[in-house]
Amino acid sequence: MTLPSEFSPGAFLAPAIDWLNANFHPFFALITRVIEAVLGAIEGALLALPPLGVIGLAVLAALLAIHLRAAILAGCCLGFCWLSGLWTGSMQTIALVAVAVTISVAIAFPLGILAARRPRLEAGLRPVLDIMQTVPPWVYLIPAVMIFSLGRVPAIIATIVYGVPPMLRLTTLAFRGVPRDLKELGQAIGAKPGTILWKIELPAARPTLLVGLNQCILLSLAMVVLAGLVGAGGLGAEVTRGLTRMEMGLGLRAGLAIVAVALLMDRLSRGAIERGGRRPG
Amino acid sequence: MEKANTDADTAEVLIDCRSVWKVFGERNAEAIRAITERGLTKKEILQQYNCVVGVSDATLQVRRGEIFCIMGLSGSGKSTLIRLLNRLIEPSLGQVMVKGQDIATLDAAALRRMRARHIGMVFQSVALLPQRTVLENAAFGLEVQGVGKDERNRAAQAALAKVGLADWTARYPSELSGGMQQRVGLARALTSDPEIILMDEPFSALDPLIRRQLQDEFRQLTKDLGKSAVFITHDLDEAIRIGDRIAIMKDGVIIQTGTAEEIVMNPADQYVADFVAGISRLHLVKAHSVMIPPGEWAGAPEGLPCCPPEADIDTLIATIAGSDRDAVAIVEGDAVVGIVTIRNLLSGVRGDAAAVPAAAA
Repeated sequence: MTLPSEFSPGAFLAPAIDWLNANFHPFFALITRVIEAVLGAIEGALLALPPLGVIGLAVLAALLAIHLRAAILAGCCLGFCWLSGLWTGSMQTIALVAVAVTISVAIAFPLGILAARRPRLEAGLRPVLDIMQTVPPWVYLIPAVMIFSLGRVPAIIATIVYGVPPMLRLTTLAFRGVPRDLKELGQAIGAKPGTILWKIELPAARPTLLVGLNQCILLSLAMVVLAGLVGAGGLGAEVTRGLTRMEMGLGLRAGLAIVAVALLMDRLSRGAIERGGRRPG
Repeated sequence: MEKANTDADTAEVLIDCRSVWKVFGERNAEAIRAITERGLTKKEILQQYNCVVGVSDATLQVRRGEIFCIMGLSGSGKSTLIRLLNRLIEPSLGQVMVKGQDIATLDAAALRRMRARHIGMVFQSVALLPQRTVLENAAFGLEVQGVGKDERNRAAQAALAKVGLADWTARYPSELSGGMQQRVGLARALTSDPEIILMDEPFSALDPLIRRQLQDEFRQLTKDLGKSAVFITHDLDEAIRIGDRIAIMKDGVIIQTGTAEEIVMNPADQYVADFVAGISRLHLVKAHSVMIPPGEWAGAPEGLPCCPPEADIDTLIATIAGSDRDAVAIVEGDAVVGIVTIRNLLSGVRGDAAAVPAAAA
């Protein structure tokens, strides 16, 4: 028995994408240019200096802004990337993930706070987040590549789609978890809503927010491999190369370099935020 | 009995709460209409509208310099009531006037100013910010008002000195005991120098000895600084220790308002009577409540030991025990206004209002 008609969203979506491409091309081109420019600037800055210079600067910054342990960790992670011969790929990946995570947090943080205050918004967001997390990234990469063509921009978009849900969910959880009496205190002493948010809610939410940021960074790095697939370069490209050529050594080195970059970014961002939050005012 | 209230009666009313209702639930608007138009009871509101009546027709006045206790068990609506006084909760019906101003009419900025300058609040959970030092916590109220760092720290330091924590300013809340944390909470409320302090069961979570100590200190401090306070508690002993007047709440209704003596001597209903049954009358009941007019006493008042009308039963017993007579003359100025016999004293100790002629007179 054959069905009268198959359910085929693609039949509607494909023309829609085509239409978007035809009518909004300048807009998408602008997005591409902005993202490429920012990425290029970060990458350029990281690659302009010799590797040892970058490592030295990173260690120094970690030592001054955080503490000795973070500085040692930064030295080890970057040192591994350099010694494994994947310095350029590592820097490209750091730039890619830094931009993707920044955009993810910029989207997820305010939305997460709103969702914590408006249960209806959260109820509406929940299925969207579920879809974002479960639909295989290859699926939404197709329209992204159709619109933005191959390269780093669709990779960043795929990464953002993957990075937003954990940050958003944990932001909502973090702000939900702020004790009610602390918020009441803010109101009772006549604090403005913005003051309550920054001086009471944010410090109380910080530990959960850090988990969210950690998840956002790690999941974004997991997408780096996929980014290699659509030609975004970086460590993902090395992993892909290792896979296609069945080179165990290259794949393993690139994989470990991804781990090193993940450790570096997570510990440094966490250390910086914790340090900044310990003694405010 | 009237004598005790004369001072308070003439003082300025700071908080005037007029027939305030609070109904919680999705259909609260309909429920309120049903209450005003058809006079439904709390139970009917719950059945017909699935709404909970938190506070029902509460009327109270807090005067300058007075400590007003609201006593009730959990679920009696006392925490809701205190939050209506600074509009942390919006009333469904009725008016709350603070310093002669209807707080429902204030816009957001004016309400913030009112809360910041005139109404301090202390919470049962203390609600200290864990990442700030004791000094920064105490100064927080002024900080959000935009007061400069030096000035607010000076005020916070002074407030902390008043609660005996001058040496602990650089510590973090987690380093302090529960009692000390609550002192910081009180200091934070005092730093902004408000006229009214709302105390939401501040000492309930403390152990008994510390609680008593803080009760006495709080009363002393409030009186010394000339503040007014609304004090929520589920403990009648605490209400009696601290409060100038007490309101007893049950199921969202204020059953009785009065001084501790009035409530103990003339409980409004069986619920209040059961509550006060275990309370010692020795220091609560005063001579003017148990005395009989001099004419009703068979003997001559000459030569009787004398006491003022404010003397409590404990003092009267000591006076009689120390003399060879069976009665005490109650003297106000130069005149004998009443006689207290041993029989009157015994009735007073029982707190049996019917057996106390003066209370009925």
